[in-house]
Amino acid sequence: MRIVVLVKQVPDTYEERKLDVTTGLLDRRASDAIIDEISERAIEVALKHKDSDSTTEVVLLSMGPASLTASLRKGLSFGADSAVHVLDDGLGGADLGWTSTALAAALATTGYDLVIAGNESTDGRGGMIPAMVAERLRVPHLTFLDSVEITVDRASGLRESESGTLTVHAMLPAVISITERVPEVRFPNFKGILGAKKKPITVLTLGDLGIVPDPQLASVGRSVIVSTIERPPRAAGVKVVDEGNAGSELAEFLATEHLI
Amino acid sequence: MSQFRPQVSDIAFILEHVVGYPELAKLPGYEHADLDTVVELLEQCGEFMKEVVAPTNRAGDVDGARREADGTVVTSPGFKEAYRQYVDAGWGAVPLPEEFGGGDFPRTVGLAIQELVTTANMAFALCPLLTQGAIEALLHYGSDELKSRYLPKMVTGEWAGTMNLTEPQAGSDVGALTARAIKRDDGTYAITGQKIFITYGDHDMAEQIVHLVLARVPGAPAGTKGISCFIVPKFLVNDDGSLGERNGVETLSLEHKLGIHGSPTCVLSYEDATGYLIGEENFGMRIMFVMMNSARLSVGMQGIAVAERAYQQSLDYAIERRQGLAIGATGRDSAIIEFPDVRRMLMTQKAYIAAGRSLMLLNAVYADRSTHDSHPAARARAEEIVGLLTPISKAFGTDLGNELTSIALQIHGGMGYIEETGAAQYYRDVRIAAIYEGTNGIQAADLVGRKLGVRDGASVLEFLASMREVLPELAEAGSDFDSIREGLDEQLTALEKATGWMLKTGRADPNAILSGSAPYLRMWGLCLGGWLLARSALAGPATGDPAQANTQLAMARFYAEQLLPACGGLLGAATAGSRDLFALTPEQLAR
Repeated sequence: MRIVVLVKQVPDTYEERKLDVTTGLLDRRASDAIIDEISERAIEVALKHKDSDSTTEVVLLSMGPASLTASLRKGLSFGADSAVHVLDDGLGGADLGWTSTALAAALATTGYDLVIAGNESTDGRGGMIPAMVAERLRVPHLTFLDSVEITVDRASGLRESESGTLTVHAMLPAVISITERVPEVRFPNFKGILGAKKKPITVLTLGDLGIVPDPQLASVGRSVIVSTIERPPRAAGVKVVDEGNAGSELAEFLATEHLI
Repeated sequence: MSQFRPQVSDIAFILEHVVGYPELAKLPGYEHADLDTVVELLEQCGEFMKEVVAPTNRAGDVDGARREADGTVVTSPGFKEAYRQYVDAGWGAVPLPEEFGGGDFPRTVGLAIQELVTTANMAFALCPLLTQGAIEALLHYGSDELKSRYLPKMVTGEWAGTMNLTEPQAGSDVGALTARAIKRDDGTYAITGQKIFITYGDHDMAEQIVHLVLARVPGAPAGTKGISCFIVPKFLVNDDGSLGERNGVETLSLEHKLGIHGSPTCVLSYEDATGYLIGEENFGMRIMFVMMNSARLSVGMQGIAVAERAYQQSLDYAIERRQGLAIGATGRDSAIIEFPDVRRMLMTQKAYIAAGRSLMLLNAVYADRSTHDSHPAARARAEEIVGLLTPISKAFGTDLGNELTSIALQIHGGMGYIEETGAAQYYRDVRIAAIYEGTNGIQAADLVGRKLGVRDGASVLEFLASMREVLPELAEAGSDFDSIREGLDEQLTALEKATGWMLKTGRADPNAILSGSAPYLRMWGLCLGGWLLARSALAGPATGDPAQANTQLAMARFYAEQLLPACGGLLGAATAGSRDLFALTPEQLAR
């Protein structure tokens, strides 16, 4: 079985993340780039299956700038077999639509039985990529799985909603997305870290995927950033000093802010 | 309590710029272990220790290992789970032979990994450390059958190991041990006796424990010449490699200790237990000597590793804690890091830790050269240097461990004395390191008794001369380096004087040189530290990082001006002889 895990490189969640106000795009120099934690959990789901069935092949698929290689190596060190890197200057600032087009095309090229993705990234938080990829590939999609079971011809899992818990399944090939309820990724073994350097990373350009961007647009983004503005600096808070009427003052403050 | 910050960048700087790791990695057999690969491994290793091992440190102290009524030993909360992850990640196997599942990396890299795990949790780190000791004995002297049966699972860490030397009447004098080994018809030995102070003698972290036991066969010569070395597994191993019946070794009790509560220190009773001879009968001390240099270096490193963690915590405290106004400050209370005496304590820790770590890694680089250098003469010289540096690394490193964890506690003021802050744990934990693996007094005796006399003193004098080679480099580096050069020159002269006295006095009056041995060893430690920090300062600009260059220069200068002068002050004690140490009778001492 070939499991392809969609991996996203994001600015370190625990550092300050910045946008470049002129382009409206992520300022990649402002913080360290890491694999999104939700992507790591998706890798763990695939590796757990590989633990029980060594014939499973785990492929990482990601789209991003050249600096993505380090994150892919890190992902490979956990135990994945190979990686595919969609790399093209024309993809800078790609929106969800273009990203899903490129990823779906890459998946069609590499082949897959199961695609596993995180439910949403910690930076863009679009939360739509898995569904869009499934739609483009015209395969079943299970969303927001808290636990996953994989057998030879189907994927299943639990999906929690406000009204209850659903047990869902889909025949393969399929795309699934997982939540933070699935376990964290394992720590890499030192042999995994050494071996990751020798594992293949295939680089694919838009040309390789047969995708031609719309020449009418400055970038491949179908959504256009009209304007950007810096977040205003934090203002001082309101201090309520109790002189016998703090209760009413508090209530009044909350009411003015429409909090009650 | 602050969070452990893995000291990987400090280790990487020393490897690259101070102890010559890049040249070591060019030697045949180490081609795969280039600096970049090693630093990447250490970064991942540090991350692992921070996330998995460090969080168990406190539980190990407050909820130590215990022996249950049925005789089994249960380790502290979290230890078992952390150890399983440690085994999965394979960190213990990195420096061990590929043939048995290891990574074939240099000992130097193994030592850096040991430092990281020890800084995260010293009590936890002892389990893999002792396992490594048992592995080394098997690797060097075990039969092929013993190796293939035991090593693969010991290298991964699935099976743990122990070292059984001490008995109640046989501590520093290991030759006094009385455990018996009687050969059976099938070639195995029946081992009977009692061993004490056995670190990780029993526990629940590994399914099997492989004891390395020293015992005497009938008619063996007295003293160290009559000691044999055996493998005694907790469970006998079946031919298919699976675990069989329980062997005759029981845990009688655990010791209640000052520190490292998470490490079970066992009294073990062997009763007709099945043992397998390593090497030949009466060959045990030879095996111990092979392991000794390696184990002593590891223990020296423990002193620095725990000091590092205590330093990190005291630094965080000094930044957070506000008391009074520093000179020139107004308004809000100043953080105590703004006071000169707190700065003195922080700089003392930082400079000594860098000096100590450099010494440990240099010692390890020579250990690797002694086995991997392509030239036989270079291998032999490296082995001499390992012999010289090892007692200094062990004693100076662990003395610093005591002193620096005490300083870290002091920075906390009254709160340092309160267990809640955790500062006291490091102070208590590290205290054992100056005692075990040969007390620091034994190390000093080894230095003056065994190591100075190598090639009639030529070995040590050549090394001293090589330390002087840094002086012209310092002179060329500019006036910023003047006080470093002057300080080092002056103290090397004091050390040379003391060395001359030792070499001259040694044969005629061994008691005199033993009397001055501890201060003499300290002089060595101080000078080696100053020499290595001078090399660090010289290398600073090569990093292309002005802040790093400035840090290295300031540390070396502080050390040369404020710490290194203690060396000269010890010259008198080192060369005073034994007269006044023995001037008072025991009765007078009691008065």
